[in-house]
Amino acid sequence: METFLLKDIDNPNSANINFYINNQGGYQSLQKALAMSPAEVIDMVRKANLRGRGGVGFSAGMKWYFCSLNKEVSPKYLIANADEGEPGTFKDRAILEKRPHLLIEGMVIAGYSFGAEYGYIYLRGEYPKAKEIVNKAIQEAYHKGYLGDNILGKGIKFHITVHQGAGAYICGEASTLLESLEGRRGHPRIPYYRLANVGAWGKPTIVNNIETLSNVPLIIKIGPEEYTQIGPAKSPGPKLYSISGHVNKPGLYELPMGTSLRELIYKHAGGIRENRKLKAVIPGGISTPVLPPDKIDCAMDFDSMRNAGSWLGSGAVIVMDDTTCMVKILWRALKFFEHESCGKCVPCREGTGWMRNIVERIEDGKGTDDDIDLLMDIVDNIKDKAFCPLVDGAVTDVESIVTNFRSEFEEHIKNKVCRMVNA
Amino acid sequence: MFSETAIRELEETKARYPDRKAALLPALYIAQKEFGWLGAEAYEEISATLGIPKAAVRGVGTFYSMLKHKPMGRNLIRICTNVSCMILGAEKVVDFLRRKFGLEDGSTTSDSRFSLVIMECIGACAIGPAMLVNDDLYGNLTEKTIEEILSQYS
Repeated sequence: METFLLKDIDNPNSANINFYINNQGGYQSLQKALAMSPAEVIDMVRKANLRGRGGVGFSAGMKWYFCSLNKEVSPKYLIANADEGEPGTFKDRAILEKRPHLLIEGMVIAGYSFGAEYGYIYLRGEYPKAKEIVNKAIQEAYHKGYLGDNILGKGIKFHITVHQGAGAYICGEASTLLESLEGRRGHPRIPYYRLANVGAWGKPTIVNNIETLSNVPLIIKIGPEEYTQIGPAKSPGPKLYSISGHVNKPGLYELPMGTSLRELIYKHAGGIRENRKLKAVIPGGISTPVLPPDKIDCAMDFDSMRNAGSWLGSGAVIVMDDTTCMVKILWRALKFFEHESCGKCVPCREGTGWMRNIVERIEDGKGTDDDIDLLMDIVDNIKDKAFCPLVDGAVTDVESIVTNFRSEFEEHIKNKVCRMVNA
Repeated sequence: MFSETAIRELEETKARYPDRKAALLPALYIAQKEFGWLGAEAYEEISATLGIPKAAVRGVGTFYSMLKHKPMGRNLIRICTNVSCMILGAEKVVDFLRRKFGLEDGSTTSDSRFSLVIMECIGACAIGPAMLVNDDLYGNLTEKTIEEILSQYS
């Protein structure tokens, strides 16, 4: 397939504005969009069924439409969410480091459509190189008149600032991101209001994923009819899949939305290392339910993955072969959630630690016969009872791993030892 | 005291937000660059410059795991041990650092050459186990390659 998001990323000039303009037709979509009315741009993105690549899969065009209804309120804000912290995910890094102008172009078009004049890129602290590259690209765009107070002489205003995060997974959650942007601890807000109405500094705000915004120039270029031909019509577009773990060719693959998980693992990623047996797959980052080997014949798009009993998430596939101890995997996942729990609400702050503690003693051969029941009891007590979805990520790992690999937990408890190589 | 460069950088940063409080996280980075780490002096300076109570500055500063709350070595090793890196041997690499340099999570070698921080995912899963040394990213680490890589940092 011809790539769009990852086009020419092996070219050392891929982040340069002249290369983007001269070799890739860059900023032509912006010119086209500015010749349309803002409502027409929103309409086009709605018809293209562009769905949020951060994991929720909500219609980007609908979000922009809600925000555009706040006609009397100014200013409005567009936040590009580059706090890519979901373990297994490294897709936005490629756009930020290799194709920053694609993102900038998408942001200006988005801002124009719903009336935002200020954009912030909330960039995770773990990507220092990306910060340098994006800041350079922003300067280039100002210089060429694609950013500023009078973009392309059309009186359109849009400014972008990079805001560097400092190592907090929870800040990837939209309301938490805004708290962090405003200078507070990363604690989620209670969702009384749509952020599209009351967001950053109390103003209408849109938070979009980097990959989502980077799809916008393509939609404007080819139109919704052609865009919805890429992958399933209700969940279309090119998609970045990050694949890691025990495969022969781990890496980032741009494929049509809806590519099957089996094809991704066995064709594109070259199959399991040393021809070993597949044991488990985390299909969409660590917060998505783990799939056993007999469940990988599913299309990787938002709707099909739900039907398959998991989620598309960020499209981050972690593949595990038969040397892997699933108790250890669950322990590591829970250690992550415990560490990243922001501490605001009790079910998450206490629950993640309790669960990690139980799984840790099972892995260490010190588990007792009622530990699995105790674990599931905690799940019952914290599931759907927290402010934000972080705890649900932890719960979903416990449920899916214990359900699919229960005998492994029982064996650890019975034999009082972990016998796996990779543990 | 903040240097003139730092004060200028802070003023420029403040102008980019509708509310000065939003400059707090950038200010913490600027102070960290200025003082090497965030101690009482750094918090006081930020508090005075931005007009934010010291307790609030400290409260925000201590929330984020990439900010330094004690003096660190000349080179900071940030190594990922999350699932993708773990199943490809990250723990062996951490073990090696323990044996070779006596490094534990959050500790610094006695010659101040290296500090180690165990990270959650650093977004380099396809080249796991992976680490950042200062701002440089390295992947596919083994005991052998990590020794070679670290020899370049003095």
